[in-house]
Amino acid sequence: MDLKDLYRDVILDHNKRPRNFGRLEPCDCAADGNNPLCGDRLTVTLRLEGDRIADIRFEGKGCAISTASASLMTEAVKGLDRASVERLHGLVHQTLTAPVESALPEGLGKIAALTGVREFPARVKCASLSWHTLAAALAQQAAPGASVAPVSTE
Amino acid sequence: MNARPNDTADTHAADAAPYDVARVRADFPVFGTTVRGKRLAFLDTAASAQQPRAVIDAIADYQRTSHANVHRGVYQLSQKATDAFEGARERVRRFIGAASLREVIFTRGTTESINLVAQSWGRRLGPGDEILITWMEHHANIVPWQMLCERSGATLKVAPIDRRGELDLDAFRALLSPRTRLVAFTQVSNALGTVLPIREMIAAAKAYGALTLVDGAQAVAHQRIDVQSLGCDFYAFSSHKLYGPTGIGVLYGREAVLRDMPPWQGGGDMILTVSFTGTTYNELPFRFEAGTPNISGAVGLAAAIDWLDALGIERAHAHEQGLLRRATEALSRIPGLRIIGEAAHKGAVISFTLEGVHPHDLGTILDAEGVAVRTGHHCAMPVMEFFDVPATARASFGCYSDDEDIAQLVAALGHAREVFG
Repeated sequence: MDLKDLYRDVILDHNKRPRNFGRLEPCDCAADGNNPLCGDRLTVTLRLEGDRIADIRFEGKGCAISTASASLMTEAVKGLDRASVERLHGLVHQTLTAPVESALPEGLGKIAALTGVREFPARVKCASLSWHTLAAALAQQAAPGASVAPVSTE
Repeated sequence: MNARPNDTADTHAADAAPYDVARVRADFPVFGTTVRGKRLAFLDTAASAQQPRAVIDAIADYQRTSHANVHRGVYQLSQKATDAFEGARERVRRFIGAASLREVIFTRGTTESINLVAQSWGRRLGPGDEILITWMEHHANIVPWQMLCERSGATLKVAPIDRRGELDLDAFRALLSPRTRLVAFTQVSNALGTVLPIREMIAAAKAYGALTLVDGAQAVAHQRIDVQSLGCDFYAFSSHKLYGPTGIGVLYGREAVLRDMPPWQGGGDMILTVSFTGTTYNELPFRFEAGTPNISGAVGLAAAIDWLDALGIERAHAHEQGLLRRATEALSRIPGLRIIGEAAHKGAVISFTLEGVHPHDLGTILDAEGVAVRTGHHCAMPVMEFFDVPATARASFGCYSDDEDIAQLVAALGHAREVFG
């Protein structure tokens, strides 16, 4: 277990200078997520063009892992259609929860920087919060009027 | 220390000797272990204290030689278990100075003790009645009262705190009225360390005829409690914050108050007779202990009290206060470190934030250095909101903590600063 593996330069950079930070107004869909255990809170706002994410922003307060993960996510999903977002979410989940020595899935891009999280089981929720929140925002848009309760990792 | 007739000779003998923390640590097997190859600096005693060998052995001995169900069998083993369990109740009674065994109810812990009062005593409340708590309560001393108010139509009032984390005693007094039925407050804040002026608070509540409940979870291992001298109606605490096992705690209730309270859970042990035309309830304290209790837990708790009494609770407290002072000085010198909670009288708890490093990241980095601290909202979200922080890191000390723990914490904080630049 190595801290350097968790706090890679990419993570520290995205924590310090989160990309796509803020709120899209107006937006097509939005969702709040929180991780009550450590107090991470974030809001994801999206603008869609058909099935595709035309623009995305996030804002909130959180630890370095949750902030960097959200920032990396916004970069990765911009321009993707729903099916691709879902596929990538699956890859991220696999990466965060796979046994430490297992091989990385293909197609992660910069998100591979989060690989170190799997050595720190207590931190997996931090990294996955933004993805769950994004999924909730998309689900809400797909089924308007559905429950809008904030996503919780607890 | 204030000698009490029930103090053991051992306690007095121990008073004369200097406090030897190395010897205290030697009683705790956990300090023979390492974390990721590093020395364990356990600074999370406020969440749960480690257990000395005497407690671990007492529980194991009970399991090996004395276990059966209590209050039931006529056979010898059941009698042995009953003696051990009721012996533990007597040990607790002496420890907190309760007038009678009828006033000592075993529960799962502080949380269940408070819920018992809210559910049983609370049944008499209705619209117009008020419950007063403080801003620095643990969720366990907030939520049961919110639930009670929702059920009964009573109103929950909250006494404010100031920027140092002290209770605003004048505002507290101003919130009392003839409508106040119960005042519930912590003796020592788990999130801030603040020691509350509970004698003044109890006296003020009494002047309005309100009952008082003290959440003693953070106090009971660090100072001698005498419930009769305090004059509170209820006192709640947990064994695992007292160097005992988890899953057991105590509700002290003044007999005159308990006598008028209905049972809250039904089952075995809490009844005298059961028929389908009606049931008569058992006497105190058994009326509030439905089902098979945590017998080995009670045995462990009694062993923990014996162990702590032999060490000397006042001596341990003086040692912890020394650590608190030195740790506060050391942490105050770290640039960007902000201590949350600067009351004049504090338990050995330091909540803090480090600029530019989220408490959760801090927790992970400290862990890599063998330092165990709590990070998060400490089950006191209103306190976090008041100080406008999402979470804090918290270092807390116990009788076994030492200066090396502080040095290790300070070094690890330096490391966190390096990682985050």
